[in-house]
Amino acid sequence: MGMNRRDFLKTSAAVAAAGAVGITVPEEAKAAAAAGEAGWRWDKAPCRFCGTGCGIMLATENGKIVAVKGDPAAPVNRGLNCIKGYFNAKIMYGADRLKVPLMRLNDKGEFDKNGKFRPVSWKRAFDEMEKQIKRALNASGPEGVAVFGSGQYTIMEGYAAQKMMKGGFRSNAIDPNARHCMASAVVGFYQTFGIDEPSGCYDDIELTDTIVAWGSNMAEMHPILWSRVTDRKLSDPERVKVVNLQTYTHRSCDLSDFNIIFAPQTDLAIWNYIAHEIVYNHPEAIDWDFVKKHIVFAVGPRNIGYGMRRAGEKALKEGLYSEKEMEIIKKEMAKTISEKEGPALEPYGVKAGDVMKMNPGTLAHWLISFEEYKKSLEPYTLDYVAKIAKGDPNESLESFKKKLKMLADLYIEKDRKVVSFWTMGMNQHTRGTWVNTLSYNVHFLLNKQAKPGNGAFSLTGQPSACGTAREVGTFCHRLPADLMVKNPKHRAIVEKKWQIPAGTLNPVGNQHIVKIHRDIEDGVVKFAWVNVCNPYQDTANANHWIKAARKMKDFFLVTSDGYPGISAMVSDLVLPSAMIYEKWGAYGNAERRTQHWRQQVLPVGDAMSDTWQWVELSKRFTVNDLWGPYTLRNGKKLPDVRKDAEKLGYKPDTTMYEILFANDRAKKYKIDLNAFPQKGYDNSECLGDSRNVVGSDGKVFKGYGFMIHQYLWEEYAWFGRGHGHDLADFVTYHKVRGLKWPVVNGKETPWRFNVKYDPYAAKANPGGDFAFYGPLAKKLFSGNLLKPDKSKGKTPIPNKAKIFARPYMDPPEMPDKEYDTWLCTGRVLEHWHSGTMTMRVPELYRAVPEALCYMNPKDAKAKGVKRGDLVWVESRRGKVKARVETHGRNRPPQGLVFVPWFDEKVFINKVTLDATCPMSKQTDYKKCAVKIYKA
Amino acid sequence: MSHEAKKKTPISERRRFFTDLAHHAGLGVMGVLLWAGYAQKAKSSPLTLRPPAALEEADFLKACIKCGLCAEACVNRPQNIDKETGRPRPGTLKMARAQDNVTIGTPFFKPREVPCYMCEDTPCAVACPTNALDLKKVTNPQTGELDFKMMDMGLAVVDPNSCIAFWGIQCDACYRACPLMDEAIRLEYDRNPRTGKHAFLKPVVDMNACTGCGLCEKACVTEKAAIFVLPREIALGKPGAHYVKGWDKKDQQRVQERVGKDVTTHDERSKENPMDYLNKGLEF
Amino acid sequence: MKWSNVKYLILRRFVQLVLLFLYFAGNYWGWKVLQGNLSASRLFDTVPLSDPFAVLQIMATGMIIGTNALIGAAIIVLFYGIIGGRAFCSWVCPVNMVTDLAAWLRRKLLIDRIERKVWVTRNLRYYMIVIALIVSAITGLAAFEVVSPITILNRGVIFGFGAGAGLLVAIFLFDLFVLKNGWCGHICPLGGVHSLIGKYSLIRVKHNSDNCTLCMRCKEVCPEVQVLGMIGKRSEFVSGQECSNCGRCVDVCDDDALGFHIRNYLSKESK
Repeated sequence: MGMNRRDFLKTSAAVAAAGAVGITVPEEAKAAAAAGEAGWRWDKAPCRFCGTGCGIMLATENGKIVAVKGDPAAPVNRGLNCIKGYFNAKIMYGADRLKVPLMRLNDKGEFDKNGKFRPVSWKRAFDEMEKQIKRALNASGPEGVAVFGSGQYTIMEGYAAQKMMKGGFRSNAIDPNARHCMASAVVGFYQTFGIDEPSGCYDDIELTDTIVAWGSNMAEMHPILWSRVTDRKLSDPERVKVVNLQTYTHRSCDLSDFNIIFAPQTDLAIWNYIAHEIVYNHPEAIDWDFVKKHIVFAVGPRNIGYGMRRAGEKALKEGLYSEKEMEIIKKEMAKTISEKEGPALEPYGVKAGDVMKMNPGTLAHWLISFEEYKKSLEPYTLDYVAKIAKGDPNESLESFKKKLKMLADLYIEKDRKVVSFWTMGMNQHTRGTWVNTLSYNVHFLLNKQAKPGNGAFSLTGQPSACGTAREVGTFCHRLPADLMVKNPKHRAIVEKKWQIPAGTLNPVGNQHIVKIHRDIEDGVVKFAWVNVCNPYQDTANANHWIKAARKMKDFFLVTSDGYPGISAMVSDLVLPSAMIYEKWGAYGNAERRTQHWRQQVLPVGDAMSDTWQWVELSKRFTVNDLWGPYTLRNGKKLPDVRKDAEKLGYKPDTTMYEILFANDRAKKYKIDLNAFPQKGYDNSECLGDSRNVVGSDGKVFKGYGFMIHQYLWEEYAWFGRGHGHDLADFVTYHKVRGLKWPVVNGKETPWRFNVKYDPYAAKANPGGDFAFYGPLAKKLFSGNLLKPDKSKGKTPIPNKAKIFARPYMDPPEMPDKEYDTWLCTGRVLEHWHSGTMTMRVPELYRAVPEALCYMNPKDAKAKGVKRGDLVWVESRRGKVKARVETHGRNRPPQGLVFVPWFDEKVFINKVTLDATCPMSKQTDYKKCAVKIYKA
Repeated sequence: MSHEAKKKTPISERRRFFTDLAHHAGLGVMGVLLWAGYAQKAKSSPLTLRPPAALEEADFLKACIKCGLCAEACVNRPQNIDKETGRPRPGTLKMARAQDNVTIGTPFFKPREVPCYMCEDTPCAVACPTNALDLKKVTNPQTGELDFKMMDMGLAVVDPNSCIAFWGIQCDACYRACPLMDEAIRLEYDRNPRTGKHAFLKPVVDMNACTGCGLCEKACVTEKAAIFVLPREIALGKPGAHYVKGWDKKDQQRVQERVGKDVTTHDERSKENPMDYLNKGLEF
Repeated sequence: MKWSNVKYLILRRFVQLVLLFLYFAGNYWGWKVLQGNLSASRLFDTVPLSDPFAVLQIMATGMIIGTNALIGAAIIVLFYGIIGGRAFCSWVCPVNMVTDLAAWLRRKLLIDRIERKVWVTRNLRYYMIVIALIVSAITGLAAFEVVSPITILNRGVIFGFGAGAGLLVAIFLFDLFVLKNGWCGHICPLGGVHSLIGKYSLIRVKHNSDNCTLCMRCKEVCPEVQVLGMIGKRSEFVSGQECSNCGRCVDVCDDDALGFHIRNYLSKESK
């Protein structure tokens, strides 16, 4: 055939690309590609890492993944990858993969909390889990059994886990690490739109004129999207403007037209400043037609605390928190209003020096008039905002003011399209929900939302924070597809679909991820299971949780993971999990794109998928075990539903496996190895596999015999179909490069709420332009900024979105004399989260072997430390040793340090504060006060 | 030998003196030649990277006493202490062994293994007793303070064929690892016409700012580094002194030190005396 | 074996090993007692010491050397010049242990008896000095320092051995099979330099011929046997410059005919 190497490469790429879009390829070219890749099987999958959702192709040879390539047909990345995606082929093969279950045993072979980890069989592992769960249920009821879930679960895993937790154990104590990542965005979506997930999509990047990134280092955290932003900038450098706002200078700042370094937390003030600029100085820019038709104004209480522990909680009474810690925690009950926040709170009748009594966080809000909203904006003059928001002491006030003005002008400029992106800077925030809603305010006033090239868009961190954590509902308060635990109608829908007795589902869903840790410390949660996350490394104030996990004698912790990490080390039982391409799965990315993949290879060792682990666990529990009566700690009673179960045809000893997973509906999804997509692919859960893993009953596992992945998918998808959340069927996803839901009549939806693009909007507002049809909180009291007037009853606000009045407020902990420096934490491009995977890729490990403490050179000089010196970073809660870097990728202003959290040897979450947004319960990892001194 | 010679044929004192002298001189010259030959061979490979503040290679080789004080200062500097074990991590500077292709006993470093972290206090140079590492080279003449930006160990060079950033991969590990980010390594943005919506972010080294510390080479994620440090003399070409960039006012500095020497040019065509040439005449 | 027969041998080994250990610790643990190596060191992180011959070679290359190295060389010259004699070679230099081992084995294996004599002048070391300086000047490279087994061994202990260790084996074999006391007694130019430096030093071995029984054990063990010309003949100081004050002769002498004494240049006897 005489093809040289270059030709061959070209041909392979062409075949891959053409195959993906369904073009026929000349036979000669096909044959050439096949010959060159002899023995390699290529198949599509999404990248394992961030929320961008890039498509890749995986090459398998002899049962191992040997290579990866960017998928040229994937719309997000068109064949490109970032440095992590580039190494997808290597993430599963670290030499220290967990291969067998490990349990802490004493010399007699009994479980012993203080024993050493020793290998045990899957059967022994499940025996112990069964025993420990039954003990926990006895002691604490369903609230005593908890799961640390994940935004990196496959959709099927997440669905299986929450089905067993909520339907089986009747426990809502399942909450994902996505709580730390997206919760503020979620509550922002619910409050503003009444439904979760963004209105726009990545195509906005190519369509917009202005990209403003708030608290988002896209260049490192969403590199492929950043390269699209860069390309957009290059396409028209004069017209296209890029602005970055954050508390320190980072990688994304290179491209910007200008950067704004603001003082931590003052993003609240800057958003309000832009709104102030619109409402007071450019009222002509308000699209009144749009606002009147589609927008209402609203406000909620301010005294909502900071999501810390509250007086009266057991651990506080027992004095488990030091005096130093209590200095901050007491603000959860009451705080004195500072000079800085005083002016911002004046429209709400509070001034500097007042003591604000705090109540627990609430999602409550009520309608106000535009005039009231306008009043709330009054304090945010350029002078006031510049004074409190300037983040770099070495920048002049004039220069800062000029930039604020330029920013406002960009938003306001007529016919200028604007996209606001944000990530953790705005989500990990003690007023995260507030600042999320503030972003929409500006876009709504200007009618620059839910339109191509226009809109505020929350970028997701995790690969399936949207797909699994949020849409499947692995949060403590959620059920699939925007259904809520608290809503009896929603519970009824789910109970019916799952064919479990009415009243089975627990109506109290408040055990969010930080609360689970606190409940362990308080002795309520007696059993917890870690799935696809590393909560003992990633939760703020980690010392408390590690101590609780190890010291509470009757607490049993299980970690399922591919590799040993901090959580596994803290555990009593460690289960080896199949990793991403060792199982069938699906992820949903930030632009609502759902992507499926097939099992490419068999898992390493005896590892099995989390789905399998959940299903096996369900075999251990019967109707009689789980569905009796319980009294929750708030006094609420869960009814005994065993009688009703009998009516549904279940016997007292019918297992949850039979009810939830291996029921008649499930068995309809047949194994068919002769047809697409199952043909030619392994399926360890449904068929067992050639490893002949000895399963949970001590016998070789031979598979469930039906297509459980498809069953879980289709049952989950049912909840959203017809409710603005339509997903395509299982097989379709294996043919395409992902689809953006709602998928209606086979068509994906690029922009939601816009009648032109979203069939649901078109249905809700025929002939109109927009419909913000989300159903949540669409009937409200009215009132003024101070309080609602409940006398007049609730007003329905169908199809409307909300603009919220939200003030600037200080975070609970700010630098003072002793702890004089802000600490901000985050990620680096080279490593994913706690580094369990990327630290095992030698190239990535070599590139960034340790987390550094990025510091301003002037601060370093003042503290007598040099680049490379070891320093202690110490807060009221703990301290870690880290090496100082005064140059390089992150350049904080004086008074702030940045420490990434991927490195378990620089365990920065021992230092961070577990204050959360009281509404979203998302931890603020970006702000706490530390002191730095030479180690 | 001389003993036996004496026994066989007696020779005069005078003769003997000169023979001895010649003998000794001959042996001496032989020794010098052998030794000098070896010493020339023992000079380092031109690819050797020296510690910061090292003199030019020729002078450095003259001055270095091979004591290793620099390598000890490097490995034992406080910044090199591992925070877990409290023990020093491997130091940047190694003392050359016979197999290293570097003059034996002289300090050098291999950035792919341990790069130079460019300590602000340059402990290696401070330790040098012979000034083979010369603090003056890293001291800002204006302020009199040490300035690590003045270090000059080599120059990073990118191989655009194997650099994955040139494929469009969002890598830039070298750029982020660079202690003089945006000065020594910049990103050059280019549109990617294949995808139509992504940009290339290509690392480009600034030859003036790069110190050759090699943190980029260490960080590079390709199997064999696609960015690597070479000694400046190896990495750089040299344009002629006869042309000055008309658009760059500073360019005259580049050539100034080399102008003023003999400007006569020599090549095959010009080697003949013009008269000889003319007198050859033409056949016609 | 009596203590008095090995006293100086053991003391020397002790000093040699302690110095090596201190150098090693200077690198490995960062001890600030003795850092660097025998080419140049820093004592207690303050006092510079350097090898005068290395400094000389560097100067021969035409290099203006740093003052610390000059001061260091001066200190060494003064120390050995006044007190120690050629003690560097037997009390400090680690190669001494290698060549002593070779010499001991030669005696044990009776190689001396079977070997074909190879005659090499003991003055070769002085020629070597001159050649080293010439080569340094020609090549711009301190010539002896690139071949010196002393620094190779010294650095090997401190920084880890490389292929240069082969040279040490070669010297060992040379001394064992080719030439008795070949390296230290004939070739090593650094030994030559120290011979010159220590020529007039104060501490010296003194022979008392009245006690001598002419057992000749001293001559058997002496690596620089030419300096013991006075044995059994004259009571006087061993003043030959190649004497390295190793004290082996003192050790092996059971007749109290040899001992260390301080030369007193003011009295006539000292000659």
